[in-house]
Amino acid sequence: MKYIYYPGCSLESTGISYDRSTRAVCRVLGLEMEDLEDWNCCGSTAYFAIDELLSLCFSGRNLALAEGQGGDLVAPCSACYTVLHKTNRYLKDYPDVRAKVGTALAAGGLSYHGGTKVRHLAEVILNDVGLEAIASRVQRNLHGLKVATYYGCQLVRPDVGFDHPEFPQSLGTLVEALGGEAVKFPLMSRCCGGGLIMSEEQIALGLLNKLLRSATDNGAQVMIAACPLCHLNLDAYQGKVNRKFGAQYNLPVLYFTQLIGLALGIDPQALGLDKNIIPATELLAAYV
Amino acid sequence: MASASIEEKIERGAGLATADGGEPKAEYGFLEEVRSIPGGEGVDLCIQCGTCTGSCPNANEMDHTPRELIAMIRAGMRDQVLSSNSMWYCASCYLCTVRCPRGVKYTDLMYVLKNLAWQSKMAKRGNRPLAMARSFVDVLNRFGRVHEATMLGVYYFRTNPLTALPLAPIGIGLLTHGRLPLFPHRIKNQAQLQTIVRKAQELGGISQ
Ligand code: SF4
Ligand code: SF4
Repeated sequence: MKYIYYPGCSLESTGISYDRSTRAVCRVLGLEMEDLEDWNCCGSTAYFAIDELLSLCFSGRNLALAEGQGGDLVAPCSACYTVLHKTNRYLKDYPDVRAKVGTALAAGGLSYHGGTKVRHLAEVILNDVGLEAIASRVQRNLHGLKVATYYGCQLVRPDVGFDHPEFPQSLGTLVEALGGEAVKFPLMSRCCGGGLIMSEEQIALGLLNKLLRSATDNGAQVMIAACPLCHLNLDAYQGKVNRKFGAQYNLPVLYFTQLIGLALGIDPQALGLDKNIIPATELLAAYV
Repeated sequence: MASASIEEKIERGAGLATADGGEPKAEYGFLEEVRSIPGGEGVDLCIQCGTCTGSCPNANEMDHTPRELIAMIRAGMRDQVLSSNSMWYCASCYLCTVRCPRGVKYTDLMYVLKNLAWQSKMAKRGNRPLAMARSFVDVLNRFGRVHEATMLGVYYFRTNPLTALPLAPIGIGLLTHGRLPLFPHRIKNQAQLQTIVRKAQELGGISQ
């Protein structure tokens, strides 16, 4: 199986530690990924809001490039994942849309035949590498670490079937394979506000407050995320949530790849742990 | 017609997708328009159960709830629907979509409405999510990839530069943690991407 890695824009900036930890963990797990050559932005929810045809072409260019390289396209960002997936769905379900996107891509010398399978990094690590293989490489057991597994919305929805869309379990089994404890977390697949944090901050802060309360009320010491947007909102805006709601959250938010990396014995710096706004170093000192 | 209240119009229009007589045809033109756009077909399937509204994290911020919005589309209330804030508060969480008992892909429908609102210039002035989306598109068309600093610059220039101030601590935090690059990453084959975009612009949008 060949994997083509599509980091997406956030992993070059706010989510850089997701990129680092992904590459480091894949190396140790023997998951070989080839970068998608000259990828462009997936278009994200924002471009889709303005012009769906143009954004399907944006996203379609990536699918076409991946088809040329030949392999499954792996996205660590849940928003990229959903957008690329939606593009495949629209090109399949709507022949007229397919024709128009085909015409536009052809103007750029590209063609796409619908052959690129889009997958989320979490699904690839959990299904293709598998818990047993991960557990067998654990160097530092995360014994007793209480983890809230945050899926967010787009990783498990809308129609992909990798896990239950509302009460998923896969990240919980991962945490346990690493020796940690997945705490009860009823809001595990509720929305973090996504891109609204930038334009309608007050609304997003309200959603974040509910998530943080749900996790900390159940004893979480750390939260893991599988999307750079979720991570940005929960980590960088936690202070704002505290100020707005008079709360005292101090919950480090890690990428699930950072948690795996720690357990595999990878150097915290190589996992980008120093880039967290809510520092995780003290809490995790016992494990490094 | 203008005097009819929203409730009266919904009462007359909801579920009457195929009705003729009584109301002028134009009243249903909006329903035709929405259902003819890919992603908009779902309006015909809705049974007005309200599951979408009950699931939506942002329904309480919306001028009209998701369920109500479909009733209004069926009632032909184009202006009220397209000038509302509802679709712009949709965060694309897909909870409505996975829960709808009729298989309405509601999140897709929200994008149809966003596109129509922007393209027909119906969105209200001061609509911040729209301003943000436009800034995003400007940056993407230029670099092919997102560059947060440029995007926020364009956005605050377009809306209210003073409102950028409270964001400064977040920006500085990200900057000092190496998470906010000052220079954009550009794709190499920008010419190809621009040719594709220009061609797509000639093709008249996603609908027929
Ligand atoms: S959940 Fe589906 S059927 Fe029920 S009101 Fe919403 S769109 Fe209509
Ligand atoms: S996808 Fe949009 S409309 Fe549907 S529940 Fe989520 S925020 Fe609400």
